[in-house]
Amino acid sequence: MKSALKAFPSKWLAVYAVAYMVFLYAPVILLPMFAFNDATVISFPLTGFTAKWFGVLWQTEALHGAVRNSLVVGLSSAVLSTVLGACAARAAARYRFPLKRGIMSFILLPLVLPEIIVAVALLVLLMQLGMPLSLVTVVLGHVLICTPFAIAILSSAFQGLDQSLEEASFDLGETRWGTFRRVILPLVMPGVVSSLLITFTISLDEFIIAFFLTGTEVTLPVYIWSQLRFPGKLPSVMALGTILLVLSVLLLILAEWFRRRSARKQGIEASATGGFA
Amino acid sequence: MTTPLPKPIIDLTGITKSFGTFQALKGINATINEGEFFSLLGPSGCGKTTLLRMIAGFESPTDGTIVIAGQDMAGVPANRRPTNMVFQSYAIFPHLSVADNVGYGLKTRKLPKAEIAREVDQALQMVDLGGLGSRAAHELSGGQRQRVALARALVMKPKVVLLDEPLSALDKKLRDQMQVELRQLQQRLGITFILVTHDQEEALTMSDRIAVMFDGRIAQLATPEELYRRPVDRRVASFIGVMNFLDARATGRMNGHLALDIPALGSIELPSAQVPEGLELRNLETIGIRPEMLTILFEGSEQTEHVARGEVTGTAYYGDMTYYSVRLPGHSEDVTISMRNTAGRSIVPPGSEVPVGWGADSIVLFQ
Repeated sequence: MKSALKAFPSKWLAVYAVAYMVFLYAPVILLPMFAFNDATVISFPLTGFTAKWFGVLWQTEALHGAVRNSLVVGLSSAVLSTVLGACAARAAARYRFPLKRGIMSFILLPLVLPEIIVAVALLVLLMQLGMPLSLVTVVLGHVLICTPFAIAILSSAFQGLDQSLEEASFDLGETRWGTFRRVILPLVMPGVVSSLLITFTISLDEFIIAFFLTGTEVTLPVYIWSQLRFPGKLPSVMALGTILLVLSVLLLILAEWFRRRSARKQGIEASATGGFA
Repeated sequence: MTTPLPKPIIDLTGITKSFGTFQALKGINATINEGEFFSLLGPSGCGKTTLLRMIAGFESPTDGTIVIAGQDMAGVPANRRPTNMVFQSYAIFPHLSVADNVGYGLKTRKLPKAEIAREVDQALQMVDLGGLGSRAAHELSGGQRQRVALARALVMKPKVVLLDEPLSALDKKLRDQMQVELRQLQQRLGITFILVTHDQEEALTMSDRIAVMFDGRIAQLATPEELYRRPVDRRVASFIGVMNFLDARATGRMNGHLALDIPALGSIELPSAQVPEGLELRNLETIGIRPEMLTILFEGSEQTEHVARGEVTGTAYYGDMTYYSVRLPGHSEDVTISMRNTAGRSIVPPGSEVPVGWGADSIVLFQ
């Protein structure tokens, strides 16, 4: 009786979980499916296996330019937002200042602001300033939306830092800079790596802001969008999407792996250092 | 043989510290001597840790001066003071090995690698951690972490080692052992140690001198023995060990003696040597007497100077000792009497009438 009672809800839980996973990931699965499908039209039934669409990607010059642009934008945004995030996280963890809570929530606001609003606002602002649209403006926009993520990730890293460690270093004759280099940096490194990987990933697949703020040079998502107008290009876009999907997942796994590994090395509970994934 | 005059290493003059409207320290004056084991003892919030952190250079006094080894420390940051600290949390760098932790400070001095390695080895030997240099910090037990923190401070050869409740995280047995080891190490090295603790037993067993602090002030600064025998006020008396307080009245002063009436024990005369200076006789309301200075007289016990009668109301057996609660006539609270459990002496059951012996020289008067 007792076991029946127990088995019943757990069975439904399993059903629910599976349904949920299908709902989440079925559309994503379609991507690689059609990427390897031997037909120009995206529809069932599948006609045969091919890798030719990946070959097409290899020969598209415009795509390579877009990839380069995306990498440049992604790397710059990741580094800039992580540096900014580290400063904010450190200040929040270490100092008390008036209106701290208000200021911190204000900084985190772009997390929930509709991106289209941010994009339009930025565009208007840049027009007013007379700044020409280029990859630089895209980077600025991406830094704006990536920094809140960086702060969220780095806050837990800085919060977990025992203040007496810094004092001990200082007490042992080390300078402020030396303390940062020899104690603080190594200890928040997993958070920094995690933040770099995640902000890079965000920037890499961000579309709206890139679409509004880019000039003649396009980033990868903007390029993909422009290709959707040509039905014949659709399968190769699917192939490209598949590559990006795999890369994104790999980056996220890498970020989490880094965080856990260093947490283990320091003998700290992995969840205690915080993390995103 | 004459003992050399103590040489001051730290001079604290008129130190105050305010955090907003809260006054953490209200005028601290003290001199700490070279080679001394000095303790700051007090309940939490009395300002002892703030004072220690000021000596280390992590806080600056609102007012007053700190002189270490003849040099005024105003404006000298922690990394340029001749002090090193053992933190309450030990603050072992979690990403470094034991040897790198201990050698951390030496590396800032830009010493050659071989010399650092040698010094680190010596320091680890000193704290009985020889051969553990390559261990990772998180592989250490609590006691070992404490030793690493100590070695890390000692290897810097500081003039003063500051210890912030270093034993509070250890279990009782290990704590007792570390007390002895710390004391021996300090005596062997001859370095000044300043210990912050709220544990009176720890302070008594380890220190040369103790400053008892309450509410940002030093209530009494004395050797452990003097603190225990002649606490200046009721607060110090009840913080250090157990003290029985009895009502008393001064009835007069004659040829060098002070006549006292203690309703619970009787009338006595005390020699003036036992009367603290500046005692206002009018204000005298209470005297103190330690539990071990009262004895329950058994048949064949040694005679005592005075005898009062009391009734046992309760006992607590501690193995080597038994603590009796005894009601004395004319005194509302029970007094505590501790008796050593010697061979063939049985425990007196509650309800028994017993003679209580005491001596005038064990009476403590407060300012």
